Amino acid sequence: MAEMISLTIDDQPVSASEGTTILKAAAQIGIEIPTICFHEACTSNALCRICVVEVENARTLVPACVGKISAGMKVHTRSERIDRSRRTLLEMLAATVDLSEAPEILTYMQEYQAAPDRFPNAERRDPPIIDDNPMFIRDYAKCILCWRCVQVCASDAQFAYAINFTGRGFETQIGTFFERSLPETSCVFCGQCIGVCPTGALKPKRQWLLEQGQTPDEIMALTRSERHRRMRREIPAEGGTR
Amino acid sequence: MADFDLAPLKTRLAEFAPQGQTALLPALQAAQQIYGYLPEPVVVEIAQALKVPLSETYGVIDFYTLFYRQPVGKTVIHVCSDPVCAMAGADGVFKMLTQRVALMQEGSTEQKTVTLERAPCLGLCEHAPAMLVQGTAVGDTGGATWEELMSGKNEPPHSVVGGAIHKLTANCGHAKTTTLKEYITSGGYEALQKALKKNPFDIIMEVKASGLVGRGGAAFPTGAKWEGAYNTAGEPKYVVCNADEAEPGTFKDRVMMEDDPHRILEGLIIAAYAIGAEKGYWYIRREYENPYRIVQHAVEEARQAGYLGKNILNSGFTFDVELRQGAGAYICGEETAQFESIEGKRGFPRVKPPFPTTNGLFGKPTIINNVETFCNIPLILLEGAQAYRQTGTEKSPGPKLFCVSGDVVRPGLYEVPFGFPFRRLLYEMAGGIRPGHIFQAALFGGAAGAFATEKNLDVCLSFEDLRLAGLPLGSGAITVLDETRDPRDVLLRLGRFFAEESCGKCFPCQIGTRRQYEILQRVASGQPQPGDTQRLQDVGWTMTDSSLCGLGQTAASAVLSAIQHWPELFS
Repeated sequence: MAEMISLTIDDQPVSASEGTTILKAAAQIGIEIPTICFHEACTSNALCRICVVEVENARTLVPACVGKISAGMKVHTRSERIDRSRRTLLEMLAATVDLSEAPEILTYMQEYQAAPDRFPNAERRDPPIIDDNPMFIRDYAKCILCWRCVQVCASDAQFAYAINFTGRGFETQIGTFFERSLPETSCVFCGQCIGVCPTGALKPKRQWLLEQGQTPDEIMALTRSERHRRMRREIPAEGGTR
Repeated sequence: MADFDLAPLKTRLAEFAPQGQTALLPALQAAQQIYGYLPEPVVVEIAQALKVPLSETYGVIDFYTLFYRQPVGKTVIHVCSDPVCAMAGADGVFKMLTQRVALMQEGSTEQKTVTLERAPCLGLCEHAPAMLVQGTAVGDTGGATWEELMSGKNEPPHSVVGGAIHKLTANCGHAKTTTLKEYITSGGYEALQKALKKNPFDIIMEVKASGLVGRGGAAFPTGAKWEGAYNTAGEPKYVVCNADEAEPGTFKDRVMMEDDPHRILEGLIIAAYAIGAEKGYWYIRREYENPYRIVQHAVEEARQAGYLGKNILNSGFTFDVELRQGAGAYICGEETAQFESIEGKRGFPRVKPPFPTTNGLFGKPTIINNVETFCNIPLILLEGAQAYRQTGTEKSPGPKLFCVSGDVVRPGLYEVPFGFPFRRLLYEMAGGIRPGHIFQAALFGGAAGAFATEKNLDVCLSFEDLRLAGLPLGSGAITVLDETRDPRDVLLRLGRFFAEESCGKCFPCQIGTRRQYEILQRVASGQPQPGDTQRLQDVGWTMTDSSLCGLGQTAASAVLSAIQHWPELFS
């Protein structure tokens, strides 16, 4: 049995076992810390930093999703300093990606009074939709780079390793080997990535077509012809095209 | 797609394959040497041989700016565009080269022969404006002609070394590399002999007593770091020499590697003995081709002489070091990003804790120190901690290297005791401001630094005095601006540097460096928007408070400092 550790969060005493994160310890006493990239089923990488809190005597703010509790720690989950970081982060995100299908983030924006137009003439990440397979579309203009899809595709779940990162810094994107289409990669179309995407960047093709105004009948017809096309293609391609 | 003869690659891969993913960067570098760039079939071959997923291999290639997915010219030229070289006229040089290259390609259907790229600081600041021509460093290129640059006869410039003391730089500045023989004649490797007769723990206590703190920028106590790794159970342990020097305005590690490589190596071997490591890595940035070759030669000399390898000097201690080259990523100077890079991954910094002393390279207990830090070790062992502390101040003991660049008469590397007056470094050592001009400001600590102004001229160069003055020591870079310089142009270049070098892992830095650069572009063009000062402060403090690693945490440092000094420039 792990040792119990006592600390205070927003001046309320709390005890939790050693190794507990600040995020979990706060939840125990009903204090909710906002999170974006965090997901129960994925390794936490402390990317989005929306969960930062103030720990007394720490030089910088501490991400609650990975920050472990320690004895006598004094944590504050709201302060001017914290709110400035959270608000600015949300404003910068809004100036970068399409958050229209990210209801949690939009709610945070209201809560922290973040202005979506805070950064005039800011460059957005706005690549075209990738529609390269019959199962799902990839709309990276909505991608906030939470890494969940890459992680579930790799060692967090599926071990398929079809997708990874391209570029770096602001130019980072999720991509495949030499930008190959998904059917040409090790993708097994398990759908795990769609399940963990928080912003609608990954979406089942059917849902997307419905949103485009296509009727179920039209979609069925489309699927049928696609299936036939593929069968015709596959016969001469036996032995592999690559 | 063109056919590639994979035979030469396969020969090289036979040596890399057993190592697995850690050999990814060396394998990609070997392939690029063979093919000039990294075409898809070549990358497939490498990924399969090292058993790295294709997508991840591609992710690694795309992370580092010096891996090419497209064919490049026979000659690749990198022109530095950061503040020091820019002040010396680098933009004009780049323009001239652009025109020459365009002229050459005009009407030509052949594959291009020259690829011209803008580069981040090349660590040649005392020879600004500087460039790399096919990897060879060329300095003072302001007056160089195209024919000279393309002659293939370029020689790396010699270091300029001075100062008030010469404890670390005794063998430097002589326009040549100190050979093993010369190093031994000057008392080299005596500290190692002394160390090998000591109990490792006593060495660590000696280093602790010396008060040495890291010289890479973070100033972490070296002895405490070593003690941490010593006390951690877990085999094997590693030592890493961080020579990924890339902080704009910093060139001290380059000079030490070029002029006196054995001093660094001796420090590294002692460190390995102290914590019980049998294997070390020496990570040198890709832009430092000349230092890399020199270090390679020095390591071979040391191996032949029995300072490396099995049973070193009959002590029973075994240790060897593997050299690694970066591939164009400032972030790999961050210690955990460097581990990732050595492991064959994208250079993403890790979440700390856990710290390297317990979970470092390959998850094992590791110490990683800067080149200059290692240079201090033989000194401490030879003199003893008490004598070592006679140099410097009580709170900042020891000698310190400063890289003075910009508008001074003699830009160069200067060794002084901690606590030395800035005014004397500037006016006596570096010869003062260039003729006909006066001091305006100095950027302390590189891109991640802050500005000193006239009121700071009498500050003493110690941690305690600089802290009081609100100035960082950082890597020891001091870039001097005379009255003709517009700080906004310096900030613009620093802003671009961070925007291009952010790894993209955590949101504050990934987006913040870009938003900061956009605002700095408006400011530099004299057309800031209402509220831009507040925007810069919000972005700046968010990066400082909430970023994952030191890069993001200091990416706004110079900007926030400039807003304090010159608020009128931002509105």
